[in-house]
Amino acid sequence: MIFLDHLINGLSLGSIYAIIALGYTMVYGIAKMLNFAHGDVIMVGAYIAFCGLQYWGVPPVLAILLAMVVCTMLGITIEGLAYRPLRQATSLAVLITAIGMSYLLQNIALMIWGANPKSFPTTFINSASLHLGKLSISSATLITIGVSVVIMVALTLFTARTKLGKAMRCVSEDRGAAELMGINVNRTISVTFAIGSALAAIAGVLLCSSYPILQPTTGSMPGIKAFTAAVFGGIGSIPGAMLGGVLLGVIEIFGKAYISTELGDAIVFAVLIIVLLFKPAGLLGKPMREKV
Amino acid sequence: MTKAKRKRLIYNLITFGLVVAAFFILQNMIAAKTISRSLKGQLVPICAWIVMAVSLNLVIGFSGELSLGHAGFMSVGAYTGAIVSGWLLEAFNMEDPVIRLALAILCAGIIAGIVGALIGIPVLRLRGDYLAIVTLAFGEIIRNLVNVLYVGVLDGKLHFSFLNKDLPEGVTMLVDGAKGAVKIKPISTFTAGFILVMITLVVVLNLVNSRTGRAIQATRDNRIAAESMGVSVTKYKMTAFVTAAVLAGMAGALYGLNSSTVVPTQFTFNQSINVLVFVVLGGLGNVLGSVISATFLTVLPEVLREFADYRMLVYAVVLILVMIFTNNPTTRAIANRLFAPVKALFRRKKPAQPEIGGGDAQ
Repeated sequence: MIFLDHLINGLSLGSIYAIIALGYTMVYGIAKMLNFAHGDVIMVGAYIAFCGLQYWGVPPVLAILLAMVVCTMLGITIEGLAYRPLRQATSLAVLITAIGMSYLLQNIALMIWGANPKSFPTTFINSASLHLGKLSISSATLITIGVSVVIMVALTLFTARTKLGKAMRCVSEDRGAAELMGINVNRTISVTFAIGSALAAIAGVLLCSSYPILQPTTGSMPGIKAFTAAVFGGIGSIPGAMLGGVLLGVIEIFGKAYISTELGDAIVFAVLIIVLLFKPAGLLGKPMREKV
Repeated sequence: MTKAKRKRLIYNLITFGLVVAAFFILQNMIAAKTISRSLKGQLVPICAWIVMAVSLNLVIGFSGELSLGHAGFMSVGAYTGAIVSGWLLEAFNMEDPVIRLALAILCAGIIAGIVGALIGIPVLRLRGDYLAIVTLAFGEIIRNLVNVLYVGVLDGKLHFSFLNKDLPEGVTMLVDGAKGAVKIKPISTFTAGFILVMITLVVVLNLVNSRTGRAIQATRDNRIAAESMGVSVTKYKMTAFVTAAVLAGMAGALYGLNSSTVVPTQFTFNQSINVLVFVVLGGLGNVLGSVISATFLTVLPEVLREFADYRMLVYAVVLILVMIFTNNPTTRAIANRLFAPVKALFRRKKPAQPEIGGGDAQ
């Protein structure tokens, strides 16, 4: 029974990681950059939802929508201002810019909301729990897993079926060729950032519903871990991000439960390193051929 | 002497000259008691950060690999330094702080070097962004492991314990888990810091100007071309990585033995980023730049104490702007045009030649 409990907790945490990892992996696949600021977009989303629920008294659904809209605009703005001028630059330059952007968001949040942790209102989601025999699953867990399944299905259909999704796959395969075929590369990248940031907002709300402490650094650790999950599953691959996220969440919870609470993070990162040693492109990633 | 050699010699002389001059001026100021208290307290940390920045520059600027876990090596060094120094004092009653500090820094360098080699073997098989994220992961793992480490000394023997405080009765604690290394006798001095900075500069400047250094830079510029010219990429990247780890470990010992406690939270990912900022703002591959930026950015927050809240905000904005302005083709063209008259002043002999084929390849 305890094992099942841990498994469900792991799946719930893993689904959140998976949603965040989707944002990382889509941006990496298309813009070929690590968007280090993604974790902080999560934090902004959570703060917006928090303000909506706590101060402005809007209904939960509206608060989440508001967070998604703000994060989408934030994502597009970040991409346009900071990353677009560096399209041709080395990956090191882009990565450092992204790290700078992450710090900027954290410090802006620190100025607006202060350093004191806020406790995220969870009453709207924790109203009931499902009992299956001895096993009881909180509604937050159910909603988290449900939402992430819906998102994954929707995103898979979107990239496979729609015109914009096809454009995204084209750009990720060969940017130059896509441009020659009449695809607006800059707009496609913007759309990718928009989708990734909207997902980050959802992830932020889900994360804070399960772990209701909100502060400017809330997003950084889950961001790093979700990024690890994306690399784990093979960065650039959407099913890989989902698989990596869920596996990582389960490994983290089991590691904390059965090995050591303090070493939970170390176990997660150690697993990443071991996987990368044997499969340098991640679990589902395609190995890249180098051409001269 | 060829022109390139002369240029390099002048650059090295300026670097060493500035550091030596700064040391003697500061020594005189300390002797004359004209130095402010807060600056005096900053002298050893400044030396430690200079060593950190120069060693990270070796990895990022010269070998071209982004390492995001440099603070991890510093933490290994700080802990090793604290343990060795405490052990020498307890077990051998070694009172002489100079020998104790030297031995502590030496051991810290060796241990950090071993850790660096162990990490480097798997890490350097990866490339680019993957490598960055794995160094980050290693930094976090080191922090996690140090957090559950307990070390005590009893009758001249060191006792290690992991995860739980399982040490014999009556030990003198040296490292106490999340509380960090405790009861350190501060023995670091500014002179020791200065010597360490000089050693670092000699090692790094000699390394990058040697055959090995040229090989390291060749692997950065074009991995495939370097490999086909017979340069062993792994070997040279490893050389740079381990050298940087050793230096960072030594800096860690110097830094750790400057205060009475060392806690794991001092060496987080943010600290690695801080050093990265020093390197980037000083200029990738520019050793003197790293020295200057590490010094200024360590002193600056002390001077601008009332703006301390905005320090990181300003850091972030400056970091983004510097990256955009130095890497965007448009802004670079504008900057080149603006600085053209200034550059012309310094170009005496040769008349300005039209550049063939454009400056930077896109």
